[in-house]
Amino acid sequence: MKIVVCIKQVPDTSEVRINPETNTLIREGVPSIVNPFDLNALEAALQIREKVGGRVTVLTMGPPQAETALREAISLGADEAVLLTDRAFAGSDTWATSYTLAMAIRKIEADIIFCGKQAIDGDTAQVGPETAEFLNIPHVAYVKKIEEVKDGYARVQRLMDEGYDIVESSIPVLFTVVKELNKPRLPSLKGKMAAKKAVIRKMGMADIGADEGCLGLKGSPTQVKNIFAPKVKSDRRMFEGSAEEQVNALIDEMRKIKCL
Amino acid sequence: MPIVVIQEKCIGCEECKNSCPYDAIVMQDGKAFINEYCQLCNACLSACPEGAIVKTEVKESGAQIADTKEELEKYQGVWVFAEQRKGKPAPVSYELLGAGKGLAKELETELSAVLLGADEAVAEELIKWGADRVYLCSDAALEKFNDEAYAEMLSRLIKEHKPAIVLAGATPVGRSFIPRVAARLRTGLTADCTSLEIDKDTKNLLQIRPAFGGNIMATILCPNHRPQMATVRPRVMKKGEYDPARTGNIIHIKADNLTLRTKVVETVEEVSAIMVNLHEADVIVAGGRGVGNAEGFRLLEELAVVMGGAVGASRAAVDEDWIPYSHQVGQTGKTVCPKIYIACGISGAVQHLVGMQSSDIIIAINKNPEAPIFDVATYGIVGDLFEILPMLTKKIKEAKGL
Repeated sequence: MKIVVCIKQVPDTSEVRINPETNTLIREGVPSIVNPFDLNALEAALQIREKVGGRVTVLTMGPPQAETALREAISLGADEAVLLTDRAFAGSDTWATSYTLAMAIRKIEADIIFCGKQAIDGDTAQVGPETAEFLNIPHVAYVKKIEEVKDGYARVQRLMDEGYDIVESSIPVLFTVVKELNKPRLPSLKGKMAAKKAVIRKMGMADIGADEGCLGLKGSPTQVKNIFAPKVKSDRRMFEGSAEEQVNALIDEMRKIKCL
Repeated sequence: MPIVVIQEKCIGCEECKNSCPYDAIVMQDGKAFINEYCQLCNACLSACPEGAIVKTEVKESGAQIADTKEELEKYQGVWVFAEQRKGKPAPVSYELLGAGKGLAKELETELSAVLLGADEAVAEELIKWGADRVYLCSDAALEKFNDEAYAEMLSRLIKEHKPAIVLAGATPVGRSFIPRVAARLRTGLTADCTSLEIDKDTKNLLQIRPAFGGNIMATILCPNHRPQMATVRPRVMKKGEYDPARTGNIIHIKADNLTLRTKVVETVEEVSAIMVNLHEADVIVAGGRGVGNAEGFRLLEELAVVMGGAVGASRAAVDEDWIPYSHQVGQTGKTVCPKIYIACGISGAVQHLVGMQSSDIIIAINKNPEAPIFDVATYGIVGDLFEILPMLTKKIKEAKGL
């Protein structure tokens, strides 16, 4: 089974803030991490490889420093890593990113492609399904359990709002996964050694045979017009007194604002 | 790159590097350099004390692939994808009609709905809720959600009728298949919008959405491609007005020649006395480490039942197996925005706050008066949740006459 896992290096977004006076972002000292859901995606790939055999390739698109994320994936057990990097990819939105990933996956070849359900910086959840569309293969989003994988066939559980669906699919297929799917392993000593030595395969525009008009900023239908700070609440009220007094005060407030 | 650093002016102070949310600025030989992570958010422009960062106009941005102006003008009208569950419209469908109606009015155009896998009575309802036209496909093959079938049907309709705007709910359904449609139609898609406006001059759709876990907001445009597509966060937009006398057109369409490589073999609902759908709950009672054990969540359930709400949890409680993952709120769980969020024994790690801080009213109950959850709270109660929750449940019951 040839498996490709798409990962993304992201800033640890929980630490990103905006300076309300200057409207600029403060991300001093914010570390870069592998997008958390992508680690679940990688774990799923490794488990399938352990069961049915095969090869796991991790793929990321980004600047040269994204190599760190790929080495982390190798330390966890991935067989090889591909870095898609080219100035022509700059400024890609989800459409252009998915196109680029799909072109690279065509070169690498895959039976199953795993992605995290979304990246925690953009939170769009669009790159997985869009990539499947460009590859002209089916996808299942929000996979929470993999029930069976065999030649040409997979059966998975997909998390929905009010429960889950059991979905069958032909292979090749792309899955985007939620955290519930598994608990990612920790790197082994052997893995860490392999990560140090690994040669990261680099691919650019020419290597994947992409159409320049579909790449980067030029290929991106959407544009970020501006960014701004969300409105902050400033009307906090802390109650005082005994538990009962506080509860009574809350009930009064809830009546006042017609929540009761 | 359209945003560049004028090397002669750069003094290497790294202010821009620190302002960049995308890790797109690196220092090379003491000068700033913008790499391919740049999303053109403009944050660095105002951060540079030397004015060394400038935005250069790209000659006809995207000209190679953009549609011509005449081509763009062929696209008229506002569409909403009316999601159905078991043949009934999902709540977000009414909200989309409300939002869509406002946009259609501003553009002086019509509002249409696309309804797949439901019957004509549902289409009539959508008209009463504001749709001028409903494209209806009642084929049984579309009753259950299928990415490929839905993507194919919607793409075909868009190609044929050319709407200017297409909205769908940012639900597991909308967020799964709408990207396929956008990819196929070579157009932009903005995820999980919380506000939609029309630009007065260009008539383009301004799509406003939170990013970085709600820590910043971004306005997104799709100026050179049509349709402009967006998924819209449930429970944010107001429903339209219901008019039982309203009439409109229902256009029946056929579902033929569909290629289906996936199949839903079973739909499993999680049955419970309390709601499990956190995205659509008006009230969420959520518990964290302070709840202590699985048994402790009973108190939260009791309050949720009297308030007609759902139960949520922090990652800590889920990791302890006190409650299933489907209840998790936060960065690696669900992002929710109920009318009332009651946080019980949740200290308020940032990873949790990003998933719930846009709730209308946040009530925090915690022993520790210094807990960060109080920073985002509307109302704060400092005390023992095991004492407070039963009391609160009882008093709300009384107030509601239950």
